[in-house]
Amino acid sequence: MKLKGAEILLQSLKQEGVDTIFGYPGGTVLPIYDALYDSDIRHILVRHEQGAAHAADAYARVTGKTGVCIATSGPGATNLVTGIATANMDSIPMVCFTGQVASPLIGRDAFQEADITGITMPITKHNYVLERTEDVTRIVKEAFYIASTNRPGPVVVDLPKDLMEKEIEYEPYNSEVSLRGYRVMKGCNYGQVVSASELINKSERPVIYAGGGVIASDAAEELRELAEKRKIPVTTTLMGMSAFPGNNYLSLGMLGMHGTRYANYAIGECDLLIAVGVRFDDRVTGKIAEFAPHARIIHIDIDAAEIGKNVDVHIPIVGEVKEVLQAINKRIETVEEFSEWNQTIDRWKSEYPLRYGASSEGRIMPQHVIEKISDLTQGEAIITTEVGQNQMWAAHYYKFKNPRSFVTSGGLGTMGFGLPAAIGAKIACPDRPVIDIAGDGSIQMNIQELGTAVAYKIPVIVCILNNQYLGMVRQWQSLFYGGRFSYTDISSQPDFVKLAEAYGAVGMRVKTTQEVDGALREALKVTDRPVVIDFRVDRMADVYPMVAPGESLLNMLGEE
Amino acid sequence: MKKHTLAVTVENKPGVLTRVATLFRRRGYNIDSLAVGETENPSISRMTIDVTGDDKIIEQVSKQLYKLVDVIKVVDITEERLVTRELILIKVKADPSVRSEIVQLVEIFRARIVDIGKNSLIIEATGDAGKMEAIEDSLKPFGILELVRTGKIAIVRGPQHF
Repeated sequence: MKLKGAEILLQSLKQEGVDTIFGYPGGTVLPIYDALYDSDIRHILVRHEQGAAHAADAYARVTGKTGVCIATSGPGATNLVTGIATANMDSIPMVCFTGQVASPLIGRDAFQEADITGITMPITKHNYVLERTEDVTRIVKEAFYIASTNRPGPVVVDLPKDLMEKEIEYEPYNSEVSLRGYRVMKGCNYGQVVSASELINKSERPVIYAGGGVIASDAAEELRELAEKRKIPVTTTLMGMSAFPGNNYLSLGMLGMHGTRYANYAIGECDLLIAVGVRFDDRVTGKIAEFAPHARIIHIDIDAAEIGKNVDVHIPIVGEVKEVLQAINKRIETVEEFSEWNQTIDRWKSEYPLRYGASSEGRIMPQHVIEKISDLTQGEAIITTEVGQNQMWAAHYYKFKNPRSFVTSGGLGTMGFGLPAAIGAKIACPDRPVIDIAGDGSIQMNIQELGTAVAYKIPVIVCILNNQYLGMVRQWQSLFYGGRFSYTDISSQPDFVKLAEAYGAVGMRVKTTQEVDGALREALKVTDRPVVIDFRVDRMADVYPMVAPGESLLNMLGEE
Repeated sequence: MKKHTLAVTVENKPGVLTRVATLFRRRGYNIDSLAVGETENPSISRMTIDVTGDDKIIEQVSKQLYKLVDVIKVVDITEERLVTRELILIKVKADPSVRSEIVQLVEIFRARIVDIGKNSLIIEATGDAGKMEAIEDSLKPFGILELVRTGKIAIVRGPQHF
């Protein structure tokens, strides 16, 4: 059967099990959009290509499947760049298709030509430029394979227009992927597993430090088994946030720069640190020489390049987190009694809980809004965030029950991520409440996606914690720059209620603490359109505890 | 800090050199020398990369290189018994009065004269980096008009192959 390149592309996507793609049309992808017109693959038309990338990314984060987005050449492709870099930093499986000018025009500075493979080389796991229509089936197969296996990541495939128009005989690609330079990791070093298990059995003050790798590997159950069998307290990174239930007795919440006091104290005192699917990021470790100073370290990760990158470890285990934890769980002995270590941690937890005072301005405290959201949704919502204070408060006060529930730009810290991510998440999981915890700064970076949510009747809830500041930067200016609030006051801003209504969404404004509960309950009832709630929160509320950059984790700012 | 020689086998495809070079730049590793060419298998190229760093840095470089899909194999051959070569072409000022002196020098270095102009000679030499420097130094007094050299290529002695 003769088919156009574009039709073969869609056939190949279906073979990969793709049901939804996020995108935006344009000149060089016209052949693909023409083929989409007759296809049963669902296409979500966003309002800006960055939105497509973040939505596809979130779709991947909540389902574990590979997200797919598409944009035209030139500006369409470059608009994806922030989204690709976001997915790359957080190891999210994603395949991005970009249009390209027709092959004979490449390199001639044609209209809407950009070298997107050159641009994305350092922010993708791999990328391709299609050279022959005959290669479409193989490249699609390889792209999904590379994106989703080992340490996941984004792959870009650049598609010249003429090759999408060209008709050739279609044959599905049925062979196995064969790449000399890329092998899928299987198994792990048995000796290392034995040594690690012995160390775990012997240790008196162990802590688990779990990250995004636990979620990527679908290993939340194995993590829980390890923790509960040995009664080991678990602290998670921002990326690992929903990998361990927030209300579990052993949960220490987040560690690091905005970690809980008890998590950071536990790191300071532990004699064994079990690092699972993490990369010892500077926001986690603080001053690296003083990170876990008394601990032997077991580091489990799929990516060998992460071992020893930032810290030296005693027992490295390279492998799929799930497999490694299963192997370890078989070898560790169950303990029945809580130890002295558990009691020490209990004491820290009761002495130094996360807390916040009352508003000096009589306004709503932002932390309260998140506690309410957590209660009303019983920890079972999908939470997306923007970046900054809103993100940290979400991590502190939402008590996640299930993995793949916290969708946040951890590594890159991309403002404008939350709303398009909420749309992608809700499309993937229509039966779960999806709430974007936003700031008034970052929501304005991709607010145009309200148009997408209205068009597809996607009932996401955007909770703007509106302090009329770029709050996290303002907080750093308070602490480290003598209160000189250079360009962080954004009190000149749109009326978010009217803005929501102009898009066809529901808009609400909440000015008092008493109204918070009612507004959220009302928002959760809406089923046919997005809701924007403008919470007027305390302008000067800060995120605490906090460790200044480069300081030891034990050196926390804020009241004890 | 010491100089390491990496033998890197890669897919012989467009863009692979950029991927490798971008990785070095992005991670802040400095390439001292890089030479690349097709191998006995036309679908595979081999890069010889000299990079300076302590063992930890070199380990990171190797692991990061391995993560590139187009990189097939990375071997640190620094400690092996190696044959290493560079090629240098030097155009030197040579009016008839100094030519015989230059010819003598060229013979000492087992180099070759590959072109004779009215007042210049082109000399070709191969060898390791030390020899290249020596020949350059001894020709300097005559006036070097142009000099071009390849990066280093290296192969391990004996039957083992990488």
